Amino acid sequence: MGDAEIIPIGTRGKPGRGTGETKPSANSRSLAAKPATRAPAKKSPSPRPKAPSQRATPTPPRASSAPEEVVPTPEPVETAATTVEPDATRPTPDDQPTSLPTRSPVTADHRHPTPGIPPLEWLSALTSASKELFGANWEPKLAEFLAFLRRRLTGDYTVDAYGFDQEVTEQFLLAAVRPIAKKWFRVEVRGAENIPAEGGALVVSNHSGTVPLDGLITAVSIRDHTDRFLRPLGADLVFRLPVIGDLARKGGATLACNEDAERMLRGGELVGVWPEGFKGIGKPFSERYKLQRFGRGGFVSAAIRTGVPIIPTSVVGAEEIYPLVGNIPSLARLLGIPYLPITPLFPLLGPLGLVPLPSKWLIEFGEPIRTDDYDVGAAEDPMLVFNVTDQVRESIQQTLYSLLMKRKSVFS
Amino acid sequence: MGQVVLVTGVAGDLGRRFAAQLSGSPEVERVIGVDVLPPRGDLAGADFVRADIRNPVIAKVIVRERVDTVVHTSVTATPAAAGGRTSTKELNVIGTMQLLAACQQAPDVRKLVLKSSAAFYGASHRDPAMFTEGMTAKRLPGSGFAKDVTEVESYTRGFARRRPDVAVTTLRLANVIGPKITTAMGGYFRLPVIPTVLGFNPRMQFLHALDALDVLEHATLSDVTGTFNVCGDGIITLAQAIRRIGRPSLPLPGFAVPSFGSAIRQTRVADFSPEQVAFLTFGRGLDTSRMRSMLGFEPAFTTAQAFADFASSLSPGVFAPARVQATEAALVGALTSGGDRRG
Repeated sequence: MGDAEIIPIGTRGKPGRGTGETKPSANSRSLAAKPATRAPAKKSPSPRPKAPSQRATPTPPRASSAPEEVVPTPEPVETAATTVEPDATRPTPDDQPTSLPTRSPVTADHRHPTPGIPPLEWLSALTSASKELFGANWEPKLAEFLAFLRRRLTGDYTVDAYGFDQEVTEQFLLAAVRPIAKKWFRVEVRGAENIPAEGGALVVSNHSGTVPLDGLITAVSIRDHTDRFLRPLGADLVFRLPVIGDLARKGGATLACNEDAERMLRGGELVGVWPEGFKGIGKPFSERYKLQRFGRGGFVSAAIRTGVPIIPTSVVGAEEIYPLVGNIPSLARLLGIPYLPITPLFPLLGPLGLVPLPSKWLIEFGEPIRTDDYDVGAAEDPMLVFNVTDQVRESIQQTLYSLLMKRKSVFS
Repeated sequence: MGQVVLVTGVAGDLGRRFAAQLSGSPEVERVIGVDVLPPRGDLAGADFVRADIRNPVIAKVIVRERVDTVVHTSVTATPAAAGGRTSTKELNVIGTMQLLAACQQAPDVRKLVLKSSAAFYGASHRDPAMFTEGMTAKRLPGSGFAKDVTEVESYTRGFARRRPDVAVTTLRLANVIGPKITTAMGGYFRLPVIPTVLGFNPRMQFLHALDALDVLEHATLSDVTGTFNVCGDGIITLAQAIRRIGRPSLPLPGFAVPSFGSAIRQTRVADFSPEQVAFLTFGRGLDTSRMRSMLGFEPAFTTAQAFADFASSLSPGVFAPARVQATEAALVGALTSGGDRRG
């Protein structure tokens, strides 16, 4: 019915408050009766100044606190007073006390044409919201943001040969990880000056933490301290997974294979590699900070072939984020993943167990190991490659020990 | 005296256009187009001989017409004689075998150009970012077009060994795309709603149809031998491509794609073979440095330009860039003026 619709907002079409009855409550009836009965007594021509003055004291607070309580009064309060007034005078002839006369004044005329928020209101809301978001200088920033949205929506951006999307990496991926690195893990970076400002270089780091968060944190730290993007080399598993594989490529990662490593290094990129691989991140907590085997030294031969420096990098803190105390190899095999971790919190607390422990992180970029002195055939000399691999590994292991000594405790 | 060129697969769009283009070349005396079906358009100055390359009669054509150059363009994922997978394979593999056998017997043949495909490299999560010509698929294809290509290339290599006097050029073309040509990828992007694999955003490269014709002509007329990747510069991702044509996409979870793909395939609207699905999942990149340095060919269109040219032939989609741009302009205008009014 029409009159159900003109009941003030919040009653769900029911008069009275929450009783579910079709009739208004006794309270509202008594309240509503007054104008209806008094108005005729005062004689219609001049009820205006008086009716509000009499009712001014009781109604406004009620109307503001619970407008649904009173059926007739909220209307003049909510809508523009001038438009309602002629309607309010009309009920004078019929002496029906409550709802009927007051509902029949068709205030619906004023409500129906604008059921939603008028566009101008939207606009001002948006403006104030963007002021809130972008601060005082919001206009160019908002335009910039909209242009960014438009570029994304129309595909008007470029990715490099590996699928690296600089815009998304900078605005979203790194921006999302940065607070985690700074606030949660309180990362401290040492030796950032050892990363060359330009040209190819290979960052070789230890790998730990059950979930390869250390790669992300290292990438953010490098970006913040040197203004360069780290291009990680990831295991093939990463690229098999939906969403993660896509994000990895967007973030600049590519497959850890000799072809890609050499192509990237030749292209002058700062490439990150974690030669321990799954052996490193999937090792039990009891073996923390003990470097695992460094693969087959493929990263060293790639560096020697391209003549780029190797930067041994030690990350302390990642071991404690998800202490791996157990593993379910059979289930892991079933799921096709290298290990299925059990941490003190993980299956026990459910999703809450996925929150990493807030360990204190130290990242140290060591003295670069130069490879440009070796001659061309050096990469084919397995003994030399093994030696350099060992040198890198030893350097990282020693730095790990000294960093551990410097760290006061795991969480501070 | 100019070359006498035999072009196979002229019933197909690319083959026909190539034969027509080549017939206009001054260095070519005669172009003979061969296929089981008559071409569906103009062959210009080329002659058409209706012959099946799976039949030894092709040898007679080659000898009688004193053909010195054979351009084999009929290896295709979507044959003009739209049969099932079996007949496609027959045409691709057995056809190539017969053709090469015929060439081997023909003393006049000096040059063989094979139009191969980048499908040779397959697509998997273990792929390097860019394939160079020396690499092979990480996972050998068990069936489908990719296997055809692998076999066709191996027969061609065998032929090159047996006839060292013949210059053999193999061109691995990336997905050919163009406004006027029907190709597998073209059919895919013409779908009103574009199905994608949920959570994957493959990298893609395209070769404009005009560049495809040019590179075939270039290889036919030059003496360069070897295998070359051919594609436009740069990479675009599938999401980017879909957004550029402004069509809605329908991400399907990986496990649902094969069954959906076979359903789509029944309708013959677009190719959704397993290797196509793999490509739409993992994508592929080709290294084209050899194309530039050794083959000496420079495509006129980059990947993005080729795709833009193709997109211009489509009706603008719901989220067409022009509309998005107009919305942005309107929004910026309204907001900034609204802000001014309020001070």
